Amino acid sequence: MGHEITVTVNGKIYAGSVEPRLLLSQYLRDELNLTGTHVGCDTTSCGACSVLLNGRAVKSCNVLAVMADGSEVTTVEGLASGGEYHPIQRAFRDEHGLQCGFCTPGMMITAVDILSNNPQPTESEIRTGLRGNLCRCTGYHNIVKAVQSAAAELAS
Amino acid sequence: MTTSIASPFEYHSPETVEEASRLLSRYGGGARLLAGGHSLLPLMKLRLASPEALIDLGRIGGLSYIREDDGGLAIGAMTTYAEIVRSELAAAAAPALAEAAGEVADTPVRNAGTIGGSLAHADPAGDLPAVVLALDAELVARSARASRSIPADRFFRDFMTTALRGNEVLTEIRVPGQGASSGSAYAKLANKASHYAVVGVAAAVRVEDGVCTSARIGITGAGPHAVRSRRAERILVGKAPGESSIRAAAQRGGVELAGQFNEDVHASAEYREDMARVFTGRALAAAFERAMG
Repeated sequence: MGHEITVTVNGKIYAGSVEPRLLLSQYLRDELNLTGTHVGCDTTSCGACSVLLNGRAVKSCNVLAVMADGSEVTTVEGLASGGEYHPIQRAFRDEHGLQCGFCTPGMMITAVDILSNNPQPTESEIRTGLRGNLCRCTGYHNIVKAVQSAAAELAS
Repeated sequence: MTTSIASPFEYHSPETVEEASRLLSRYGGGARLLAGGHSLLPLMKLRLASPEALIDLGRIGGLSYIREDDGGLAIGAMTTYAEIVRSELAAAAAPALAEAAGEVADTPVRNAGTIGGSLAHADPAGDLPAVVLALDAELVARSARASRSIPADRFFRDFMTTALRGNEVLTEIRVPGQGASSGSAYAKLANKASHYAVVGVAAAVRVEDGVCTSARIGITGAGPHAVRSRRAERILVGKAPGESSIRAAAQRGGVELAGQFNEDVHASAEYREDMARVFTGRALAAAFERAMG
């Protein structure tokens, strides 16, 4: 029943056999031990499990691992490079864009997608863009500020 | 936490439409096509659907594109909502389409969900069915041996039921040119949590020499499947567009669904009936503004 897949995750190539019904979120967490991708609702609602699939944010609880065969995946563990935090990570820390931290990986991944399409989003565009990522602590204000701050840093 | 897991299934990733069609035939109704998976996989995780096999269309090349076609648009069935939202061609040729695609769910979902998947799934609360009805689109279906074009107004048959045959793959959506001084718009009352349409209305109109010469209205979310609201359309054609004709047409928005309005935890049938009128009025007002602006 296993299907051979090869996926590049955070720049590293992984090959292996997976059951077709294995979700990408389960593959990342349970097979690759990349537990930075959080599973919140498991129903494509909360966005905590968002990862970049070929550069675009998707909810990994609603993608089969076999569908990602041949793709490039970036999880929160892959945002930093060369020992330096990604600007979105620095911004979330500096602007207090998190409290418990559960939604944060998905928030940052979706924020990276928003900024890649629209480097200077308005506040309203940020709020609309993050509509599919739920946070139960912050009330969103500091998350929006963090995305604005990262946008400013990326532009400079 | 508990994790929802789909029933086991066989997985195929054909490289051609013909191969996908042959696989559909081989399973004789036991297989489902997998596009973006954003309607099907949640059902499978809840075990509301347990297909014997999934046939993934993701490896078939050439099903994702938006191109100009005889004054209109040809859109590959595997084109995502996000690609439609980003397309200047779609925004210019069919504003209602770009508007509706941008109203689907949220950023990550729009990156994965596809126009073809949405239409073939025919969720009664999906946005795109209303739009293809209003734009008078043709849906191209291919099997291993044949290809045919299905007019949108003959495509949606019943609750999650389309005119696609058991061995057919929806491959392309053809939106005809809407003509000069035309306009289209999509207006919806969205569920606050899921963003599905409680009621969604797409309108496409044309105005020549101050007179409405064509009007088409598609309504989703309100009934078992998306429908044209022809009685509202008839009120508009031949008249100068204005507040009074829009109000008169809106009063008939969705009358075709009398006795069939959906009733669920999100809205009563009576509320949906009323919202069909309200949103018909809003979609028409926006479409006429674009046509005459």
